[in-house]
Amino acid sequence: MKLLLQIWRSSLGKKYVMALTGGALLLFVLGHMAGNLQFFLPPTYINAYGHFLQTTPELLWPARLGLLAMVGLHISAAISLTAANRAARPTRYAGAISSQGATLAARTMIWSGLVVASFIVYHLLHYTLTLPQVNGYQVFTGQSMDFDGLVEPKTGFHDIFAMIVLGFRIPVVAGFYLLSVGLLSIHLGHGVASMFQSLGLRSHVWWPRIATAARVLSVVIFLGYAVIPVSVLLGRGSDYVNDVRTSGKGTHLSPTSLSPSK
Amino acid sequence: MKVQLKVWRQKNRNSPGKFVIYDSPDLNPNMSFLEMLDVVNESLASKSEEPIAFDHDCREGICGTCSLVIDGKPHGPHKGVATCQTYMRSFKEGDQIVIEPFRAKAFPLIKDLVVDRKAFDRIQQKGGFISVRTGSAPDANSIPVPKDNADLAMDAAQCIGCGACVAACKNASAMLFVSAKVSHLGLLPQGQPERHRRVKAMVDQMDEEGFGACTVTGACEAVCPKSISLDFIARMNRDYLVALAKGDAKKPAAGGA
Repeated sequence: MKLLLQIWRSSLGKKYVMALTGGALLLFVLGHMAGNLQFFLPPTYINAYGHFLQTTPELLWPARLGLLAMVGLHISAAISLTAANRAARPTRYAGAISSQGATLAARTMIWSGLVVASFIVYHLLHYTLTLPQVNGYQVFTGQSMDFDGLVEPKTGFHDIFAMIVLGFRIPVVAGFYLLSVGLLSIHLGHGVASMFQSLGLRSHVWWPRIATAARVLSVVIFLGYAVIPVSVLLGRGSDYVNDVRTSGKGTHLSPTSLSPSK
Repeated sequence: MKVQLKVWRQKNRNSPGKFVIYDSPDLNPNMSFLEMLDVVNESLASKSEEPIAFDHDCREGICGTCSLVIDGKPHGPHKGVATCQTYMRSFKEGDQIVIEPFRAKAFPLIKDLVVDRKAFDRIQQKGGFISVRTGSAPDANSIPVPKDNADLAMDAAQCIGCGACVAACKNASAMLFVSAKVSHLGLLPQGQPERHRRVKAMVDQMDEEGFGACTVTGACEAVCPKSISLDFIARMNRDYLVALAKGDAKKPAAGGA
């Protein structure tokens, strides 16, 4: 207990917290990306994957609670460090001060992080809680859309594939997603390398490798996530969803999802 | 040559400061930056104006007393050079040169361009003693030191404690200074007995002084007149982690001679 308190009270200790929680969140980001990329397999794959997660609470809930703890620690340490950093220079430079090679990514970690955090909240409301109020259909098409009612006809599983296609068809939603994934990528381009620095896992031999690997990884993460909304906007899955919409009765879209707004 | 100076003037900590513009007298381009300030001050004094207060001592880049943020960069335009070894030939005829003091909560302003950097002394004092045999000089090479470590320790020991790292850091962090001081003894056999106690004490004092944390921007490394590497910050992070894990030393039950 004393050790935990010492870690939290020390500036170096809080950086350890940032690094360790950031590392855990990075693993989630990679796992989530791998899960998402099943979108490029036939729809049954991602629907079966979603069904597996939803029906395995003993796996789902520890992961959710763990992630919540990681995000909570990461953000609270970041805010507390930022406050201390600001307090360390109460009088700003009056003249222009050059950044001395400090990258924009490094200087704006708190902002890229906070935008990504607000995106995560939206993303959960959008696809996890599937609130019809936030998916943009009411605002941009004048129709209501309930993702909850999407059911794959053959299996009766929640139709994740159709939900992704319908979700990203709203350009503003896809745009916010792309912006957030872009900022996440910039955040990780600096953050992943800094994680090693904060934990002291660095030498003059390893630093160039670590810095390069972090940049490559951040680009891979950006592409791995961005490819989904982009492919939806380019038409991936529209046949699948349109078939459903035009085939009338016996569709796997629930009646409420197709009814015009009242 | 002549230049124009835009200098921060502030009577003391409690009165507001502002930039004042001065035209320099005729200068020799081979004057150092500090000699240029001397000449400007002489002309100010001859007009019965208050000379510009600035810190300086050895003027050969080894004492760490000179400071100044010159055109937005601590220690002026060059890499790996202190203000005292920056020469007027690095500027152009008629340039306006902006001069500000180092700014950090832990470096309170004293007057004009002079700030109080005693926080660094207090951090260094917290480092404490090292256990070595004193008395007659030891035989040369009686303690073997790997060449690589000796070189690295010398790199760290080059830190002159000027505070440019703090001045350049967006967080006013002193990590580069503290890590250099921690590493230079931590790399040598003579520094091992107190290694972890030392890093703990110095980092804790650094936090107490109100310096910020490290965002790994690398600005400190870029402005350091001795080009101290960020590698040392990683080394300090590692040592501090070990020190935290080891915990404080057990108090002896009695005696201990």
